[in-house]
Amino acid sequence: MSANNVPSRLKKILDAGHLAVTSECGPPRGSDPKAIKKKAEMIKDHVDAINITDNQTSVTRLCSLAACIHLKLMGVEPTLQMVVRDRNRIALQSDILGAASFDINNILCLSGDHQQFGDCPQGQNVFDLDSMQLIQTVRLMRDEGKFLGGDAINRPPQMFVGAAANPFADPFEIRVPRLAKKIAAGVEFIQTQCIYNLDKFELWMKQARDRGLHEKAYILAGVTPFKSAGMAKYMKNRVPGMDVPDDVVKRMSGVPKEKQADEGINICVESIQRLKEVEGVKGFHIMAIEWEDKVPEIVERSGLYPRPNDL
Amino acid sequence: MIVADKKPIEEIIDMVKDFKKLLIVGCNECVTVCEAGGKKEVGILASALRMYFMNEGKKVDIDEITLERQCDHEYLEELRNNIDQYDAVLSLACGVGVQFMAEKYFGTPVFPGVNTCFMGVTEERGVWSERCQGCGQCMLGKTAGICPISRCAKRLLNGPCGGSTKGKCEINKDLDCAWQLIIDRLKELGRLDDYEEIIPIKDWSTERAGGPRKVVREDVRL
Ligand code: SF4
Ligand code: SF4
Repeated sequence: MSANNVPSRLKKILDAGHLAVTSECGPPRGSDPKAIKKKAEMIKDHVDAINITDNQTSVTRLCSLAACIHLKLMGVEPTLQMVVRDRNRIALQSDILGAASFDINNILCLSGDHQQFGDCPQGQNVFDLDSMQLIQTVRLMRDEGKFLGGDAINRPPQMFVGAAANPFADPFEIRVPRLAKKIAAGVEFIQTQCIYNLDKFELWMKQARDRGLHEKAYILAGVTPFKSAGMAKYMKNRVPGMDVPDDVVKRMSGVPKEKQADEGINICVESIQRLKEVEGVKGFHIMAIEWEDKVPEIVERSGLYPRPNDL
Repeated sequence: MIVADKKPIEEIIDMVKDFKKLLIVGCNECVTVCEAGGKKEVGILASALRMYFMNEGKKVDIDEITLERQCDHEYLEELRNNIDQYDAVLSLACGVGVQFMAEKYFGTPVFPGVNTCFMGVTEERGVWSERCQGCGQCMLGKTAGICPISRCAKRLLNGPCGGSTKGKCEINKDLDCAWQLIIDRLKELGRLDDYEEIIPIKDWSTERAGGPRKVVREDVRL
């Protein structure tokens, strides 16, 4: 699928044909790195790479790049998430070089939530590039060793380039063309939005396969366990672009409160089992929001443990 | 047109409360259409201020005038002979008019009477919405005639983002997602395939980012 020799462990695992497992951690709202290290410690043996979110939901946090460096120094492979909301093309390219100087080899290019959702709704946004153009930028820097301005880069970044895809956002008819567009821009792996509507995901995947897209980028299926029925309802009703079918909410509400967390994990594991059978799914991105300690259990029960370590 | 909104009366009072002779100047163009700074609004504001000063027991003279435009020398010049009678001017033109007034009548305090909002359309009486941010390099030809810069909350040139839900933008259920509109119209035009063309990184130097802009047209200069 990819001819380059980017020294990303995630890429090697995918190239070798293994189902990859990634997860993500949100950096703390303060400067103590202990929290991020603790989260990473919990999951590092069960995943191949850990995404570090970039001021997710526009709430100000310790920066993604610094948190990635902490992981790197622990010997854990980070994926630098980068949103185009807060930085112009100078800052984006500069941060990419900064990450590359620590040999951070995975990047996830995102638009970012609008700032109105966060703690600075009165702030400016930047959106100098969009996520599609950020993908192009990283590829230009890596493959041609050039800045956007055309000058040569000394020691170009070596990054495996990813992006998100939301099979559930509207309008549905362009969800696959949009994936095709990201691939044309140069994306090499995709982490999807949390999948609860498996039928709809399978339809999306089928349309992607019809165009051969599953052979042009590695698609990692995104899953998030529900902690409670309340969370399921919240995700269904309040999170833009999220598709939680009624029967999933019903299933969560149908068990007593103290059993709901277990049921959430069960649903997650069952989803992974079913998604493993979908042609074109090359791995899983497990987003256990502030519930990282459950990732090992999910990975083990889904038959994804041990992780390949001979690469 | 340029769309403006009324300023709260308290804010206006705060700006002008210490003057004795005030001129309120309306504008007959955009702000008349959007009912924020035309002759009618000048009259209403003048009455409200007179009432306020009367209640406060202050004697303040307030005159009213509405010019054809405040963004052209020719109309602003109409004030030349009388301007010195006034301690201050309250302009209900957009920010452009207010500034041109201030430039022209250098020694007279000029205050803004409206909040200038955007370039937009009248959707229906009493509802105006944004359509253009004057990026200086119009790309509507590539986006089915719908502007992603002014109408997408993230000004995405290759949208939509993952937050587009049921045709609405992630920031507001009442706001159309610009990219849904673009896709709907591409479909209508039989050009949905165009969607897959990646719009390249934009040169923002013709936009605000490039500093204050100027158009000089040698062909029409006198
Ligand atoms: S592309 Fe630029 S000039 Fe054209 S409508 Fe949008 S902001 Fe205005
Ligand atoms: S939902 Fe649509 S209009 Fe809103 S930010 Fe996303 S693409 Fe832009």
